[in-house]
Amino acid sequence: MNKGKHDPIFWLFLAPAIIAFLMVIIIPFLMGIFYSLTDWTSRPQPGGLQFVGLKNFIESIQDPSFLYSFLLTFVYTFINMLLINIVAFGLALLVTAKLKFKNIYRAGFFLPNLVGGLILGYIWQFIFNIVIPNLPVLSTIYPAIAEPANLMLANRNSAVMAIVIAGSWQYSGYIMMIYIAAILSVPEELFEAAKIDGASPFKKLLHITIPMTAQAFTITLFLTLVQSFKQFDVNVSLTGGGPSTQFMGKFMRGTELLALDIYNTAFTSNSLAQSQARSVLFFVVLVVISLIQVRQNKRKEIEL
Amino acid sequence: MKEIKRSSTIVTEIITAFIFLIFLFPIFIVILNAGKDPFSITSNPLSLPKDWFQVFRNMKIIWLDPNLRYGSSFFASIIVTVFSLLLIVLVSGQAAWVLVRTKTKLSQFIFFLFVAAMVIPFQIVMLPLVSWFRIVAKATGFQLLRTYSGMILSYVGFGLSLSLFMFHGFIKGIPYELEEAATIDGCAKWQIFYRIIFPLLKPITATVLVLNGIWIWNDYLLPLLILGKGNKIQTVPLAVANYAGAYVKQWDLILTAVLLAMIPVIILFLFLQRYIIKGMVSGSIK
Repeated sequence: MNKGKHDPIFWLFLAPAIIAFLMVIIIPFLMGIFYSLTDWTSRPQPGGLQFVGLKNFIESIQDPSFLYSFLLTFVYTFINMLLINIVAFGLALLVTAKLKFKNIYRAGFFLPNLVGGLILGYIWQFIFNIVIPNLPVLSTIYPAIAEPANLMLANRNSAVMAIVIAGSWQYSGYIMMIYIAAILSVPEELFEAAKIDGASPFKKLLHITIPMTAQAFTITLFLTLVQSFKQFDVNVSLTGGGPSTQFMGKFMRGTELLALDIYNTAFTSNSLAQSQARSVLFFVVLVVISLIQVRQNKRKEIEL
Repeated sequence: MKEIKRSSTIVTEIITAFIFLIFLFPIFIVILNAGKDPFSITSNPLSLPKDWFQVFRNMKIIWLDPNLRYGSSFFASIIVTVFSLLLIVLVSGQAAWVLVRTKTKLSQFIFFLFVAAMVIPFQIVMLPLVSWFRIVAKATGFQLLRTYSGMILSYVGFGLSLSLFMFHGFIKGIPYELEEAATIDGCAKWQIFYRIIFPLLKPITATVLVLNGIWIWNDYLLPLLILGKGNKIQTVPLAVANYAGAYVKQWDLILTAVLLAMIPVIILFLFLQRYIIKGMVSGSIK
């Protein structure tokens, strides 16, 4: 076999991949960028598409509901990242201790990750709307919990927290697995030396475990950042964007994250071009995040 | 000293077991309430069902409901998942192999394009994809919307980049001498891949299958766009969403639908736990 030649087999083996890639990713992607610069709608346009320049982008930025979704997504992403990583790291510490059933615990914590976001949203909707207000003990001590206005999903702030809880429940077992791998790769001698010096468990955590697993944090933070930023399924089935809230003097969906905002702009407001412009902005933010991540990793590799 | 150590281990064990139970509480809640009538759900969500067999009767109701066709959605989900996985593995495996073994600028560039596409979020492609598929149907008569072929093609397209990347990394580690020996023995080039290389890819193939399988089985938005609502072909997440939309507040039936959607994945997980965890975690780190 000649290493440097594009023989027929090269193209033959590559063809299905290239065709699928063009059909599903590249052509729609380029069309998407083009559409964001036109007046594309879901109504029939017999005159063809009109080129409108950056109009959709300007209108998006000026739309309070888009700004609101952007801000909300940042807040959500921040809280979600924090909670997932704290829970995941805590769980990883527990299940790397010498426990009898640690394999069962690990599998159990991981399990929610296999449940799809949509399904999971319904489960948590049931918990927040039906289980919590009807818990026998809780509803006797604190009857107000059963009032519709006090439900977790009825208020904006608590509804955002509800998405955070459901999202963290799904993802922290996954992140935990990455932390477990990192913790297990810390050389045992370090802990033994610390033991001889009489270090407390907390000191061992602070001075050995955390610094030695720092590499894993770059990966987990990036993964949780992207995952939270793209959240859609849980948002749809748990809150559907509600309850409504006021922002810049206008009423809007209080828990509508960016991905849902893009979806609703297309399918509720029928402004396809506008939705496309928003997704281009969404894409740009993701590219920036990814570039920062790649650069961080490169720098780390050099340091090592 | 030893006493203290042992008791602290016991305390950790108890704490972990307790957290474990809380963590799986949502799953227990689903199992407990799927077989209860609406009144006993709201009177006490934690009570045990009076009749454990009610769950199965509820499953039957959902399965046979003529408007929702939950049973056929199961069948559709299996078809879509199996064929998409099969094609993803073959298409990305053979592409990765020729890209590794052909060391030219062009082949590097093609590989770079595939990998770079991983940053593209689904949202930017979703609307144009639908309108592009419509254009294709108009121009060639080949229906991609509301059909299995369109659904499977889409999954191959979206699953390619990561899978190709993972195969690529793995194949790089396979010694080239193996293929040279086969060539000398008179093996044709295409046979080399399917006879010699492909069987060696088992570990990474397992990872690719798990990562894509779980994503495809649970995916909601792509089937919603490609298959659409009210279509003859619908996947399980679409059916559950339909159900929850149509039967608001009928929580016993919604929870049964949820339970039905979870069961296959959970059973698979119980059997293939080690592979699934390993596959999903190693896939993410790369």
